[in-house]
Amino acid sequence: MPTPDVETLARRDDIIAALRRIVPGEGVIDDAAELRPYESDGLTIYRQPPMVVVLPETVEQVSAILRWCHAHGVKVVPRGAGTSLSGGALPLADAVLLGMSKFSRIIDISYEDRLAIVQPGVTNLAITRAVEGRGFYYAPDPSSQIACTIGGNVAENSGGVHCLKYGLTTNNVLSVELVTMEGEVLRLGGRHLDPAGLDLLGVIVGSEGLLGVVTEVTVRILPRPQAARALLIGFATVESAGQCVADVIAAGIIPAGMEMMDRPAIHAAEAFVQVGYPLDVDALLIVELDGPVAECDHLIDEVARIATAHGAVSLRVSHDDQERLAFWAGRKAAFPAVGRLAPDYYCMDGTIPRRHLPEVLRRISIMAEQHSLAVANVFHAGDGNLHPLILYDAQKPGDIQRAEDFGNDILRLCVEMGGVLTGEHGVGVEKRDLMPIMFSQTDLDHQQRVKCAFDPDLLLNPGKVFPTLHRCAEVGRMHVHGGKLPFPELPRF
Amino acid sequence: MLQPATIDELAGLFAEAAARGRKIELRGGGSKSSLGADRQADIVDMRSFSGIADYDPPELVLTVGAGTPLAEVERLVDNQNQMLAFDPFDHGPVLGGTSGQATIGGVIAAGVGGSGRLTAGGARDHLLGFTAVSGRGERFVGGAKVVKNVTGYDLPKLVAGSWGRLAALTEVTLKVLPRPPVVVTMAVAGLDHHAAQRAMACAMGSSAEVGAAAHLPVGPDSTALTLFRVPGFAPSVAARCAALPELLRDHGRLFALPEDEAAVCWTAIREVRPLRDAPVLWKINVAPSSGPALVDHFAPLGASWLFDWAGGLVWLGFDGNPGLVRQAAEAVGGHATLVRAPDALRNTLPMQHPRMPGVAALEARVRRAFDPAGIFETGRFLDDNDAH
Repeated sequence: MPTPDVETLARRDDIIAALRRIVPGEGVIDDAAELRPYESDGLTIYRQPPMVVVLPETVEQVSAILRWCHAHGVKVVPRGAGTSLSGGALPLADAVLLGMSKFSRIIDISYEDRLAIVQPGVTNLAITRAVEGRGFYYAPDPSSQIACTIGGNVAENSGGVHCLKYGLTTNNVLSVELVTMEGEVLRLGGRHLDPAGLDLLGVIVGSEGLLGVVTEVTVRILPRPQAARALLIGFATVESAGQCVADVIAAGIIPAGMEMMDRPAIHAAEAFVQVGYPLDVDALLIVELDGPVAECDHLIDEVARIATAHGAVSLRVSHDDQERLAFWAGRKAAFPAVGRLAPDYYCMDGTIPRRHLPEVLRRISIMAEQHSLAVANVFHAGDGNLHPLILYDAQKPGDIQRAEDFGNDILRLCVEMGGVLTGEHGVGVEKRDLMPIMFSQTDLDHQQRVKCAFDPDLLLNPGKVFPTLHRCAEVGRMHVHGGKLPFPELPRF
Repeated sequence: MLQPATIDELAGLFAEAAARGRKIELRGGGSKSSLGADRQADIVDMRSFSGIADYDPPELVLTVGAGTPLAEVERLVDNQNQMLAFDPFDHGPVLGGTSGQATIGGVIAAGVGGSGRLTAGGARDHLLGFTAVSGRGERFVGGAKVVKNVTGYDLPKLVAGSWGRLAALTEVTLKVLPRPPVVVTMAVAGLDHHAAQRAMACAMGSSAEVGAAAHLPVGPDSTALTLFRVPGFAPSVAARCAALPELLRDHGRLFALPEDEAAVCWTAIREVRPLRDAPVLWKINVAPSSGPALVDHFAPLGASWLFDWAGGLVWLGFDGNPGLVRQAAEAVGGHATLVRAPDALRNTLPMQHPRMPGVAALEARVRRAFDPAGIFETGRFLDDNDAH
């Protein structure tokens, strides 16, 4: 992380006093013991207590805080529920941590226009809870959905097991109210589809808190599908499971969810929740179909036929919701289940073109030997999003470093195979230094100039996403070397 | 017209334009060139950047040159029983020109989405990645070639619908989806605009999974027709079409439209045919429930109209005071795009709905980030001075 600014640290008392003038009472936290709970997010490998925490309750307060911090050159790190798996909300020693937890109101629901307007501190699941009585739900369902907030989902463009069919956060957000680092309150999008001009909303979603602080979110809600049924299919090899996935999609079927687990993950999950997973297979697929009853029944048969053609060694079909949820129980518990195999685990999040899955898993197992660490793989098979879980022991000297090195090797492999560093967890602190593997300096400069358009002083969530943040004046320059144009030999106007 | 054949040539052109203060208009097939004000600019024809780079149907990913004709891309995916789910369409027929000129880069750059956009998402939702040359004369990439990716800023969202004001797309990677084997259109006749919007809201909020909903105030039989498109596998479509009449029983009598009639209706909607004689054509994006209020406002003034997107897209033919249209759209939180207009209006009224000052200034800063010399600021959008 950037070296803390000594001059800012020296002004700490003044900064706290200024924040107290904006947010009176309990809303400013500066006591060392009370700051401790904020020292990390879901990526606990990194820890850093913030300089001070402020918990505003109104848009006016958010605006005033940002305006003051901007005027005084103080950095700000926004935070939702702190469930980021990439260190997106990791505090800085010399920054104000802006917690949005008090923005927890549902503002409006329109069933006629199929949308909900909520404050950013509302949890993902609470949106569904608020509309399910009328038969609706909010589709993106990251596994942390009980705890994670919609504001954090917007920052990270969160996904979930259903995003092949229903999209990520970005495909389900219609509008945000955003406060810029200068304290200006802007509305992007609306209750309608498509903006009048540039799709700034599209770039806000997934910007990891670097462009502005979201104070209100309008999401689309969908009618709950009539039925959902699932298949639990075991394969002797990863190859045959992978081929089954490809053929399901080639048959025109987009399952609501399609998850794969490898042998270590299956064994860990079964030992943990005992739901009857087959233990003599190398790959387990959970395929969930949703929609009208007639559609589920039809597609269950289709998928079963394809699976059998690919030599499925075990195949179960859910007959009721209880059985369907039992199929999922092991997958949903995969992380804690794997967590029982070692004191610590490190969850990776690359995406690859699905066709390379067998090759990628083979090379991951070779890497595991090289790094002397065990790994279990769970995979959003439909969209190619791979979650290798690296097992390590933080107490063991060198293990943290080896886990990180192993993880980095996996992500390099994903990019080499035509994939990406992160499918849904975000870059944050974790993958920041790997960005040059996927993007050239010119690519990164084009991204950073967007940052400069929103926050030219680079005060908002610095140290995340970009390996190095150049001063905006520097990155904004057009390079015409010695007055010479590139490719002078080419014919032009 | 300049016809660069390589990325290096394109980069060189832009760098030189920047150095010499020249203006550049990017053009695919030119099917939308009559939108916006007249401008003085060197036209850069992007059609050399064409062809299929990579297509593996089970991966649901297609990479093509941005200058590839839309019709060719559609044929390609159709042959694999797939589709571009955002339902892009050719503006040629909408603007009184010929069809078949539109390129895939053009429909992405203009954010074009048809009736299916209501449920399947827009161009923005299906552009996974791109290669482009920015106004700085530099090649860069955004996004990636996989369906799920959150690495770095989502630049594909920003370039989709940017009208060539940030960068010249040379290659685009799109998410493709299976084409539903069966599509049935159910319809109700004789509803007024309020009843039609309520019926569409009811259908969209039901478990019948309606893919598109539109309303023609004057259908092929001269009566109003409200349409519900039900795509999917045969058993599913049959079940949903059987359920819809009961779900919508309070809204009228539903019947299945014969396939040929349905095709005529959806083409009419896509090409805005009922409004083809209107000299001034507006596309108004609002919340679906606000659609009827706009009709209440403008129908008595002689406007013609139709609804797509369950009422959330109002096509309005109205040659009265344009200020009224913008005002009415804004009053319900929406915006109005001037799609077709006589020269005098086109050259004085911005094609896009003006944004609030803070948003306009931010957009201008973002444009400058990609195009510091303003080579793409041709005057077409009549908002070039927002930055100053």
